[in-house]
Amino acid sequence: MSQVTVLKPREISQDSSDEAKYNFYRTLSDKNLDLPPTSIETLQINITKLCNQTCVHCHVDASPKRKEQMDLESVDRCLDILASNKSIKNLDLTGGAPELNPHFDYFVTEAKKLDKHVMVRHNLTVTIDGNPVTGESKKYLPEFYADNQVEVISSLPYYQEYFTDKQRGKGVFEKSIQSILLLNDQGFGKEGTGLELNFVYNPVGAFLPASQPSLEADFKRELKKKYDIDFNKLYVITNMPINRFKHQLKKLGAYDEYMTKLVNAFNPSAAEGVMCRSLISVSHDGRIYDCDFNQMLEMDAVVDHEHMTIFNFDYGKLLNRRIMFGSHCFGCTAGSGSSCGGSTA
Amino acid sequence: MEYYDSKDLKRFNEVGNFSEELMKKFFDYYNSATGEAGALTKREKALIALAVSHTKQCPYCIDSFTTQCLESGADPEQMTEAIHVAASLEAGITLIHGVQMHNALKRNGAL
Repeated sequence: MSQVTVLKPREISQDSSDEAKYNFYRTLSDKNLDLPPTSIETLQINITKLCNQTCVHCHVDASPKRKEQMDLESVDRCLDILASNKSIKNLDLTGGAPELNPHFDYFVTEAKKLDKHVMVRHNLTVTIDGNPVTGESKKYLPEFYADNQVEVISSLPYYQEYFTDKQRGKGVFEKSIQSILLLNDQGFGKEGTGLELNFVYNPVGAFLPASQPSLEADFKRELKKKYDIDFNKLYVITNMPINRFKHQLKKLGAYDEYMTKLVNAFNPSAAEGVMCRSLISVSHDGRIYDCDFNQMLEMDAVVDHEHMTIFNFDYGKLLNRRIMFGSHCFGCTAGSGSSCGGSTA
Repeated sequence: MEYYDSKDLKRFNEVGNFSEELMKKFFDYYNSATGEAGALTKREKALIALAVSHTKQCPYCIDSFTTQCLESGADPEQMTEAIHVAASLEAGITLIHGVQMHNALKRNGAL
């Protein structure tokens, strides 16, 4: 039986009163902005929601208790899509901790054979902790990444323990430093090796991030001075007001204040560079979305009343789709903008 | 009844209700002096403002500039040090006037 007949449409799971109050479409209309897709350069695939961490801000609600995994049939289908569409240059693997999918290594090596640029959203600690369910060691990862010339992109909320552990769990900072040093030993982040190690900063609370250049300068200076760590770039992202973080904001009574901040910081230039215009997101069960946030909100990409999946993948249809926006999109368009590749303005 | 409510910070504009022009001049000056980088970065200005907020013990300012410090990339260690700069100045300003006391002691013939 094909995957298309098994999947059922889902309802949008956003709070409608929040959508009415923080109406992204109205803002686009007021600013005379239209944001259609410009290309599909990146296939970003969330291959598992299993993670060895349970981060406070996680929009995936990932944890060691999650069981969602992309199966081999779907992995192969994604590889077919990559092989058939030369203009999709990048494979971006995310999760949870994508390394905890049993087909992860295969996915990476096969994608490299297709000459795709492979990016992995690596949480650093999975190398030290291993698989929280099976106990399988993941200590081979730094060498595996180097052998396959993977671009490693890792969250590091701060160059100090207190912010990092507050957001990502006790002990995460120390393990992250250990892991980064292992990556540096393989040549990641070092000049001339071509092995890219990039970090992602996101604020530890309900505030907007500082400018990317200033934070990158701070991170480079402090990590080098304290730990002799090298890396390439720091991407600065805004916390998305969805799922776990939204719940935290509502609990603190800070949701409306945060949303007002995002809305007031709307930047048309940042909006024009939003990542959904050149990326599509795939869930572990093969559904297609405009981005990972839409995926977590179950806002499927729909073209001509048809829910798009990897099994009815049509490049032309997806390139001409209407991107689905929501109140959370103010997170990507505030200030200098936010994306999986940092600022967009 | 509480005298201070953090929600009142958003009502700052109301103070201009009976003097719109002066309030506008104030905000133009304030925003330019504190909110834009000049010879000092936004972070440096936010840290100075945070320190001053503590010496003047203005809860509105402390609230606002704590956020501005975070949003300009400052961390709690830097922010705490800024408070100590302010506190040490307060202590120093108090103590330096001891020289005036010594002058008075001399005038009184006690020194």
